[in-house]
Formats: sequence, C-alpha cells, structure tokens
Amino acid sequence: MNMAGIEAPSLRAYVANAAAARFLWDRAAAARFTDLARGTSLNRQTSFGGRLADLAGRAVLVATASQLTTALALIELDGLARRLVILPPDIEADHLGAVMAAAEIDAVVTDAGARPQAAFELPVRVSCAPSIAPLDETPPAAVRTEWVLLTSGTTGVPKMVVHDLAGLTAAIPDRSAADGAAIWGTFYDIRRYGGLQIFLRAMLGGASLVLSSAGEPVADHLARLAQHGVTHLSGTPSHWRRALMNPAIGKIAPRYVRLSGEIADQAILDALRAVFPQAAIGHAYASTEAGVAFAVNDGLAGFPAAFVETIRDGVEMKIVDGSLRVRSPGAASRYVGHGPALTDADGFVDTGDIVERRGDRYYFAGRKGGIINIGGLKVHPEEIEAVINRHPQVRMSLVRPKRSPITGAIVVADVVLKSQGEAGNAGQIEVKDDILKLCRAALPRHKVPAAISFVPSLPVAATGKLARRPG
Amino acid sequence: MSVKLTIMQQMEQVAREHGRILAPLNDDLVLANCGLDSLGFAVLVARLEDTLGIDPFTAAEDAFFPVTLGDFVKVYEHGRH
Repeated sequence: MNMAGIEAPSLRAYVANAAAARFLWDRAAAARFTDLARGTSLNRQTSFGGRLADLAGRAVLVATASQLTTALALIELDGLARRLVILPPDIEADHLGAVMAAAEIDAVVTDAGARPQAAFELPVRVSCAPSIAPLDETPPAAVRTEWVLLTSGTTGVPKMVVHDLAGLTAAIPDRSAADGAAIWGTFYDIRRYGGLQIFLRAMLGGASLVLSSAGEPVADHLARLAQHGVTHLSGTPSHWRRALMNPAIGKIAPRYVRLSGEIADQAILDALRAVFPQAAIGHAYASTEAGVAFAVNDGLAGFPAAFVETIRDGVEMKIVDGSLRVRSPGAASRYVGHGPALTDADGFVDTGDIVERRGDRYYFAGRKGGIINIGGLKVHPEEIEAVINRHPQVRMSLVRPKRSPITGAIVVADVVLKSQGEAGNAGQIEVKDDILKLCRAALPRHKVPAAISFVPSLPVAATGKLARRPG
Repeated sequence: MSVKLTIMQQMEQVAREHGRILAPLNDDLVLANCGLDSLGFAVLVARLEDTLGIDPFTAAEDAFFPVTLGDFVKVYEHGRH
C-alpha cells in the first residue's frame, strides 16, 4: 500500500490493534466498531454504505445528529478525507454557511436523525449508519487528515481550530491496549474537545465507550453506564455535581474518575472521593486550542507549581499577566481562515485562564474575560464560587454580577443546596448566614456576595460548563 | 415592618458586616456621612431589593441620588406603590 506522506497511524489502524470486539453504545443503538477495521483491503467493512470513494480527499463536514454515527464517521474519515470538520450539536443555523465556506466543505456526512439543512445539499452527501457492512470497492489510498474543531464562543461565528490525530492524541499515554477491559463513559458530547479526548482515549486504549445522548435524563444515563459496567468516567465538575445529586449515582463504581473543562475545586474532588472511595480521581486541564496540558492525580485542587518550572511530556507552561500560556505537541496548529494568531511569538497559546500561586501550588482563579468590576476592583466569580462550594450543604453555586448604581456592579450568588427543601425557611436563613461567614473569613469584602439566592438548579450549557451570562 | 425600619435595620446589618460604625440615624443625616462607604451602599441597595422587592435606582428613568437618609427612605416608600 502506498503510505507516502503518512507519519502517524490512522485512527482505523489503532482500532485494528484491538484483540477483542469493542463497542460504542448510545441510548438507542450499539455498534461493534472494531468491525470497521476488520477484513482485507478487498472486503473492508464500512458504515458509509458504498460511498467511501466519494469522500476520498474531500473536506468533509461531519453533520451527524447522533454521537454514535459521529464516532463511526470519525474512525472512517481519518486517513480518507483531506479535512474533517466536526459540527457541534448546538451550532446556530445562521453560522453554518460561514463555517462551510471558510472550511471549503465539499462533502457532508449526515445520519438518519440529521435535520435537513439547505446548506447540506451538496453533490456529495453520504449517510452514516450504525450498521456496519462489507464494502464492495477498493478503499482509496490513505491521506493525511486535518481535524477541525469548533470553539464554543459565546457570540459570533465559532472559530475553527485545526488539529491532526497525532496532536489530538499526544497526551494519551497508553496505546498498547493493555487497559483492554476498560469501559469508558463520558457526560461530554464527543463533538467538543473534552469529549473527543475521551473518545480517542477509548479508541487508542482498546476500550469500549458509552456515549451520552442529548436530552437523556441523568438517572437513565447513569443506569446505562452501570448496565455496561463503566470503569472510566469523565465529565466537567458541573456534570459531576449534577450526577452526584442523583440517587442513581450509587449504581456505578468507576475505577477512574476524571474531571476537566472547568475548575475542579476541593469540594467536588472531596465529594467524588467520598462517593467513590476506591477510584483514582484526576482532573485534567485542556483547551480546544492548547490541547491537554496536564492531569493532576493527587486529589487536590490546583496544580503543583513545579509543573510550570519543568517541561513535562513535551508540554511547557508559563504565566504572563496572571494568564496561563501553554506550548505543547497537543496544541492546535492554526485557525481556519483569517483568525487571530493562535500562539504568541514563542509558540505559546494564551489560554485566558487566570492562575494564582499560593504556596507550592497554582490555583485557577477564573477567565480573563469573565472579570466582574466592582468600583474598579476586579473579581473572578470562580474564586468566590470555590469558597461557597466549601460549605458542606452546598452542591454548586454561580456567582454573577448585578448592576449597581453605586459601584457599577456587585456580586450576588445563586446556590444549589444538596438537600433541598428539607431545612425549611429557618434552616435556609441559617445556611445563608453560614455561607456569608465563610466568605467573610476567606475573602476581601468586595468579593463577599451582597445577596445569596437558593435555586433548585443551575443551567449547564451544551459544553457541560456552568452557563455564565455576560454581565 | 415599615419601609423606614427595614432600611435602618439593613443599614446596621451592613455596617456590622463591613466593620463600619454608623452615625446616629435620623432623617436629616447626610448619607455621605452615615458611615457606609460606596461598597456598603451598593450592598445595602441589593439587600433592599431582596427584602422590599424594588430597586428604585436602576428602575428610575432619570438617575436620582438622594442626599439625606430621609430622601433615601422616601425613594423606597414611593417605589413601593
């Protein structure tokens, strides 16, 4: 076979490494995806019907509705398409045209559940199905594939971030399928960077994967994870807080619990430790642009300062104006089209995440842009949330600015309690006073919330992160 | 509880929390001299919105800045109707 120009194995080649059959499951279906790597070049298996050659060398938009077909399409498209662009489920229809034009899309992969879009009416439109069947054509020669992910910006057309498989998998240590008995699960959607990491971990680590399904109740998802015997489970701290509020959490017993995508404070790490005393619990730091920078496995919030002073697994970090910058083999190479430069002059990606050093550790303090200005004093909502979340009765909290005629803004907090309604009114007032005492002891006075409201739940965005509205 | 009493209690509460000493409260007291700083006032206004259900400052079409405690109380008494 002509492998010219290919330095790294394709995703399909990793899948072919597995000794045993492996599966992808979502709410509705199962797929034995290892079949995709079965057979010789003459009777290869595919989920694309007989349309493999049509997609060869093209810039393909992956516009599948289900994550299961997305996963199958990704396995097949790596090494087949020139470029694959993964469409997140919550993209605004208004942005489709701009995304497709900038990425020079000339083929679309959809599935049975995909909503018809005028923009998808391209000459090459291939449907992907969970049923995997023999392919009656000679597979096209392998090419190097660009992977394009969309950022989850709050406004405007999302930025398109260019990776390749080698970079996307740079932080995945174990490719030997030694962890073959692993069943991965994630609360994420695999069409976002955090979820895609878990998908690739499962693919490279010889594991099966339980996918999330949009709109599925948390209890049903946990029951499915239990049914498949999940051993490795990942999500954002918000995902985990929501899961911990559900009695069905008792059905699962993962050996490895992973958090990423938001700040993992000590309260959520301790809560997970209490529920899963036997599990290894790690929190990872990554961004779509910077890639995975590190994972922390000592059960403590923040990360050791030594991480910044040394090069670890090829990843270098520095702190400029309080903001963490990362240079990494896992970083994206560029944006599609006319984006801003992805890195500084030295090749570091500015993550926009603010860190503060206390003793021999760094702690995440919030987003560069998410600062609340209180009469000229700057406040990161996340650092206040971390203090509130320390209260034993608090499940999660959201600190937000409230307009003030006097100082421009003040901070107020919405708080979800672990056991709602039990305490009654008097109990709630007591908890409120307790939280305020905690804040006053730990924070300067402009960071103490002026008001605390108890709410039944807090909105979590499609990215799995707490939904923050611009103040 | 009357609006005036609520306001005075909240002022005392905020002053306690912020470690400030409040001047004796009466209608003629100039707010600038009452002992609360601007952050204290911002917090007071937010608390009063919680307890009285109104924020006359952001609700008002014209910016309005009361000078004395008596004016301040009046804004809330009017805003309530």
